[in-house]
Amino acid sequence: MATEMIPQSPILVVIIPLIFAFLTLLFGWFRRNLCYPITLVALSLSFFASLYTLHTVITTGTIHYYLGGWKPPWGIEYVVDHLNGFVLVIVSFVSLMVAIYSKRSVEQELPEKIVFFYCIFLLQVTGFLGIVITGDLFNLYVFLEIASLAGYALIAVGEDGAPFASFNYVIFGTIGACFYLLGVGYLYIVTGSLNIADLSQILPNLYHSKVVLVAFAFFLVGVSIKMALFPLHVWLPDAYTYAPSSVSALLAPLMTKVGAYVMIRVMFTVFKPYFSIELIPVTTILGWMAAGAILFGAILALAQIDLKRMLTYILVSEVGYITLGVALANRNGLTGAILHILNDAFMMLALFLVVGAIMYRSGKREISQLRYLHRKMPLTMAVFVIAALSVIGIPPTCGFFSKWYLILGAIDANKWIFVAVLLVSSLLNVILFFRCIENIYLEPMAEHSSVGSELAIKREESPLSMLIPILIAGAGILSLGVLSGKIISTIIQFALPAGF
Amino acid sequence: MLDFIFSKYNYWIYIILMMIGFYAMIGKRNLIKKIIGMNLFQTAIILFFVSIASKKGGTLPIIEHGHGHGAHAIEAAAYINPLPHVLMLTAIVVMVSTLGVALAIVITIYKRHHTLEENEILWQQK
Repeated sequence: MATEMIPQSPILVVIIPLIFAFLTLLFGWFRRNLCYPITLVALSLSFFASLYTLHTVITTGTIHYYLGGWKPPWGIEYVVDHLNGFVLVIVSFVSLMVAIYSKRSVEQELPEKIVFFYCIFLLQVTGFLGIVITGDLFNLYVFLEIASLAGYALIAVGEDGAPFASFNYVIFGTIGACFYLLGVGYLYIVTGSLNIADLSQILPNLYHSKVVLVAFAFFLVGVSIKMALFPLHVWLPDAYTYAPSSVSALLAPLMTKVGAYVMIRVMFTVFKPYFSIELIPVTTILGWMAAGAILFGAILALAQIDLKRMLTYILVSEVGYITLGVALANRNGLTGAILHILNDAFMMLALFLVVGAIMYRSGKREISQLRYLHRKMPLTMAVFVIAALSVIGIPPTCGFFSKWYLILGAIDANKWIFVAVLLVSSLLNVILFFRCIENIYLEPMAEHSSVGSELAIKREESPLSMLIPILIAGAGILSLGVLSGKIISTIIQFALPAGF
Repeated sequence: MLDFIFSKYNYWIYIILMMIGFYAMIGKRNLIKKIIGMNLFQTAIILFFVSIASKKGGTLPIIEHGHGHGAHAIEAAAYINPLPHVLMLTAIVVMVSTLGVALAIVITIYKRHHTLEENEILWQQK
């Protein structure tokens, strides 16, 4: 039995959360508190399956899995290579962490919707994993919509402004998905195929066709909306601010990263690097959009008084980093981009988990109200500082290494202006985070003298189910930084598209 | 020029429908009108996919009289391509669920704000 299961690992990664999503609904009907353990079991199984898949890819090379035994150009195919094997592990790990964390915050924020929450949560993860693993463009569209629809629903159950924010997301997300679908249609007209590997072989003869150009434009705009690339990011800050805290902790690290993965896939696998880099000036345009995203994200974040909202703008700027790496289109830049997918997933996970924990304990999230938190929740705040240092880019945290590769890439490409943008944004991040750290750790002079108030502050650490994922995320940021050389030499250098 | 328009009229209709939908999604203030626009936008894409598959004088993609008679060479040009139609079945399912989710969200918005006008909701949120 066990040996028969092993070659099936690519499909198990996706199908386990999908089946368990319906099981949660079934069991939740009878016992509501069964949902949480079922979700954990599903996501752990999925995580191990994806870990095993990545291991197989590293030892034996790219895996092709034919659904129902139908051969590729006709049937749907799952392809796992170094790039998406790597992203799969990130997605399943981050969602497992958020699932562990979600117990208390869901009980507090959505006490009546626990069953449905976990059902949609698992569907959301299914969507993400499916987008990453599939080797078929139309199948990717379906999974993209599964992920988006689950996301709309999860965001809409949040606090006061949430339904309206979610509605705006529906409008934008639908435009993005429809553009993507049109891109698929235009490619189908000229090639008659939907399989990514098949397309990448047929397309090079058609690169000068206008239809292919239109398809590429539709793909790029659609994916940019989904990954919230500046100036198409307008839906993101509202949606992720008002969403319940475990939802923003799931969506913020993953949705944008999965979008970035699709962008890399479309630009460098469906279309060859020769098309995306030399034939049309798309990398130049993307580079400027990314630079805009990095700067505007950081500047708008400066204007925020709400911590969670500030983080959403930082997320916009982080999307810019990944896109910049893609747009530099050389070995170092792309290494930085792929490494940043991993690092940023961990940084955003840690930051949004911490904000959720603060919300859970105190109900406040304005930056000026964070005083004394370092005594109430010392471990949580320590992780916040680690994540903040990582976003700024201070070695040994992981954020330094991806930024380092991005800067090397910008130097290789002779684009000094992007080097300047990267450095300026690091400085802006310093201001952003030290404003928070100052508010948390430093006490005002006047209150310091009165001894009474000091004694009144009790230690009120986040509950254990929240603290464990937070600490793992914090430890992950440090250890990924130390291990980044190893990650690049075993995975990322093989994940780079052919020709780099 | 007119010939150019009329010979490909289904594609022109697709573009016009899509732009009407696009305008409604972005330009209209009422949330229900936005949803109608969204639906138009998606329906236009269905029209596009169905158009690319159809052929003048094409027939159903079924080999007549079944077994054995399919042995002779099949002329693909005589048959309508069934694949885009099948893709659209899936896309219709996706679009219906998007519509459902959007309407459910609009109901929640109405319960909280007692209006469906975008500017009034924005004003209430301040």
